[in-house]
Amino acid sequence: MKNRSLAFWLFLTPVILGLGIVVVIPFIYGFIYSFTNWNGLTATEFLGFQNYINLFQEDEFMQSIWFTIKFAVVTVLLLNVFGMALALIVTRNIKSNNLLRTVFFMPNLIGGLILGFIWQFIFISVFGDIANLTGIEGLNGWLSTTNTGFWGLVILTAWQMAGYIMIIYIAYLENIPKDLIEAAKIDGASSFQRFKNITFPLVAPAFTISMFLTLSMSFKIYDQNLSLTNGGPFNSTQMVSMEIVRTAFSDNQMAYAQAKAVIFFLIVAVVALTQVYYNKKREVEM
Amino acid sequence: MKKNQEKRNLFSIEILGLLLGLLWIAPFYLMVVNAFKTKRDIFGGVLGFPSELAFDNFAQAFVDLAFLKSLFNSVLVTGCSIAIIILFSSMAGYALARNKSKLSGFIFFIFVAAMLIPFQSVMIPLVSIFGQADMLNAGGLIFMYLGFGCSLSIFLYHGAMTGVSKSMDEAAIIDGANRFQLFWYIIFPLLKPISVTVGILNTIWIWNDYLLPSLVLSEANATIPLKMFYFFGQYTKQWHLALAGLTIAILPVIIGYFFAQKQIINGVSEGAVK
Repeated sequence: MKNRSLAFWLFLTPVILGLGIVVVIPFIYGFIYSFTNWNGLTATEFLGFQNYINLFQEDEFMQSIWFTIKFAVVTVLLLNVFGMALALIVTRNIKSNNLLRTVFFMPNLIGGLILGFIWQFIFISVFGDIANLTGIEGLNGWLSTTNTGFWGLVILTAWQMAGYIMIIYIAYLENIPKDLIEAAKIDGASSFQRFKNITFPLVAPAFTISMFLTLSMSFKIYDQNLSLTNGGPFNSTQMVSMEIVRTAFSDNQMAYAQAKAVIFFLIVAVVALTQVYYNKKREVEM
Repeated sequence: MKKNQEKRNLFSIEILGLLLGLLWIAPFYLMVVNAFKTKRDIFGGVLGFPSELAFDNFAQAFVDLAFLKSLFNSVLVTGCSIAIIILFSSMAGYALARNKSKLSGFIFFIFVAAMLIPFQSVMIPLVSIFGQADMLNAGGLIFMYLGFGCSLSIFLYHGAMTGVSKSMDEAAIIDGANRFQLFWYIIFPLLKPISVTVGILNTIWIWNDYLLPSLVLSEANATIPLKMFYFFGQYTKQWHLALAGLTIAILPVIIGYFFAQKQIINGVSEGAVK
């Protein structure tokens, strides 16, 4: 197909319009408007970097950024440990491996909003009842403090997405040549040595993929945050995404919210580009 | 000796796996069991079995969720979005893969680079633009899903095109087919496996999406997640109704998963590793 051919452009028109109107134009508009006093309809004044200066001085926004970073780091670690562990279990020659894959993956198919509501019930009512039965005080009053809200979100996200990470690890684990493991066995390597010297190095790329995938997923979380804690108590468990939505659609400070959205983009882009850099570097080494 | 020990090891791994599996479905189990309880029953404890089966919870939740209407809205939005994403992305993936010019490479790069932009960074201007064009409705929402969904889909189709020989094109052109006939009758059927993957990946996020519909749709046209949000707000502290509603809302997904679990897991695996 030639550049000038009509067919080439006709084939591309729908998606160029789609991406252009939905992503590219709003992205450029938003970037420009973040330097003004835009109210969602019109902008009357150019403010320079004023919105950006303000947001770095706003406690609520900075707090939401730190909360999100803390959440992302803990969740990424847990997700990869769980995902790897589940993958190691279901790739063994056990009878229930297909059933278990189905079960572990199931939460991924259900929306974060609905799962957050279910876990609200678990954390408040079920944990409360278990505390009454066993006398474990720590299970009382979940989601009513910043700390339990934080761990509630971590547990929910780890539970929901571990099955997804498991699938990535499975793809790599099943590609390990069986004879390599057999040869090591015959040479007398223990199962720990086999894991350390064969399985782990061959699965390392999956680790890079999963780490960055989970990192950007946990940065963008909104639904789970809304339905599980709704940012409470006192906005202390509010993540960046929710902070931006509220600044825009509850406080109606559109330009200011858009400046926050630009900062959010920069953070997510840096994470993603670091991943691209590492992947390229690894490809060169191999 | 050694064989026996290996068998024992495998057995303990199986037990560990099953225990974890039980832990994984425990939240769903607790949801369903308590959805069958009366309000007083739940107050008495959430860990035991219901003393009587309160089917009324489901009847009321079904009505208050306007479930058939919400289900219809969800099916309409997701179905139309998936159809146009598959059609338009496969066309684009084909055109870009068959044109080896710099321009084509640049367009492909733009689509891939757009995946870097998180939804939250464009949502405010997006809602403003569509609001001014009076397009904050189901049609506008479907178009937005095309915009957000096409990048990854084009990427997957573009990759799959390497497996479709160019001699197909040449033979069809010699036989007098035009580009559209060639695409529709020859190429598109060959891309079916990747179309299944694209369909599954997009269905999972579009069906469950809450934030975008909450900014675009009115309550009358609410999809299931959106309606669930309103419903839950109405019944805080009334867990027997809230849980019955959640159970009903999850049911379509569980049924779909039951029939297509193999394709779903394979599709997700393909989409994630590429």
